[in-house]
Amino acid sequence: MRYGTNASACAAVVRRDLLLTWRRRGDALNPALFAIIVVVLFPLALGPEPNQLARISAGIVFVAILLAGLLALDTLFRGDHEDGSLEQLVLSPHPLPLLLGSKIAVHWLTTGLPLILVAPILAEMLHLPRSTLPALLAALALATPLLSLFGAVCVALTVGMRRSGMLLALLVLPLYVPVLIFAAGACNAAQSGLPFLAPLLWLGAALALALVLAPMACAAALRISIS
Amino acid sequence: MNTLTLWFHKFGSPPVFHRIAVRLAPWLFGIAVVSGLAALYGGLVAAPADYQQSDAYRIIFIHVPCAWMSLFAYFFMAANAFIALVWRIKISEILAMASAPVGAIFTAITLATGSIWGKPMWGTWWTWDARLTSELVLLFLYLGVIGLYNAIEDRRQAARAAAFLALVGIVNVPIVHFSVNWWNTLHQGSTVRLLGPSRIDESMLWPLLLMALATHVWFFASVLVRARVSLVELEGGKEWARQIALGKGEPA
Repeated sequence: MRYGTNASACAAVVRRDLLLTWRRRGDALNPALFAIIVVVLFPLALGPEPNQLARISAGIVFVAILLAGLLALDTLFRGDHEDGSLEQLVLSPHPLPLLLGSKIAVHWLTTGLPLILVAPILAEMLHLPRSTLPALLAALALATPLLSLFGAVCVALTVGMRRSGMLLALLVLPLYVPVLIFAAGACNAAQSGLPFLAPLLWLGAALALALVLAPMACAAALRISIS
Repeated sequence: MNTLTLWFHKFGSPPVFHRIAVRLAPWLFGIAVVSGLAALYGGLVAAPADYQQSDAYRIIFIHVPCAWMSLFAYFFMAANAFIALVWRIKISEILAMASAPVGAIFTAITLATGSIWGKPMWGTWWTWDARLTSELVLLFLYLGVIGLYNAIEDRRQAARAAAFLALVGIVNVPIVHFSVNWWNTLHQGSTVRLLGPSRIDESMLWPLLLMALATHVWFFASVLVRARVSLVELEGGKEWARQIALGKGEPA
């Protein structure tokens, strides 16, 4: 029996996941919608003064996007586990970290990227100074893949559990703390006119490391919870 | 097989572990209580009052040993988790999972005594200091491990998943500490330091170290008892566990 190359297997995973998302494209908008709703709540609770909102806007945007990403994590393996294709993925002769890496990449494309796209709208709603927007977008571009990668490791541990929502939040939160600190820190530094490159570089370094290690950890976790 | 590996293999066998745990636990609890009481006397009565904090500093004799234990318990858990995942030793799985609740309680005590101490000293129950924040994240890590362990039906699979999480956490702990440190110093600079670089007097040092010893011994006693119970639960169908349950004593 002949198997395709690793590249073709990854391409097949990517094509399948993209197609599945496209067939249910209404659901794909949910994380972005959720982030907008969370952001709307803050001015309602804190009062509409632009100055006050502008001071905390970067933090609110990050927390909203983090929570939206957390909700979206659940969909990463759920459908595949229910219809059994996740087990086929684990059994396939191709390296599991590679296949999972492609799945995580598609997940980021369909949940992380929409969140980055709505971020300028969120920032505008909270009166974030325009000059901070590039720092915000750069930090988001580095932080959202990290959130997807770290989240994937935790989701792999809870796969197959029925009500895993709260538990997942508890598992993921400690991993998200450093990402949140550096990403929001870069924006706050930019807002007060300080150099903000250092935290972005740290995020980039973490992303480079996580790109290699997180799919492997995810594969190991998945093998534990599927066995 | 040399003596060390033989001992290791023996200790890894459930009946032998059970026997050792039964014999050892009361002694350990005894040592912990006696040295703990002695340390409390030394700390609360014998040691002089601090020149700056007067009597309020005495909570250090609970706070600091518990803070040490919160880290020590995590390292103990992670080391056992590593052994459990690599060599699939059942006792290690159980020891790792038994140390999680104990460590979580030590962490909770650290946070509680810290804020009780913070109220008169800093004027606030809580401050977003680097150490406090990382200790809080450590508590979340413990709770995550416990939660994951309890959420999975199959005990051994649950232990392996939670052990994996503990290992992810041990990578995470220094990163969190470093990032929180950086975050804190960026915003407000170092405002609070516990005791600072001031050297501690000998009359205060010995109760502190004795209490640290007491908490360590208590930790091991508590872990042994917990591990023994979950071992009997896990091995409930086996002959040796049946004999213990029927009160026929230890198998030879």
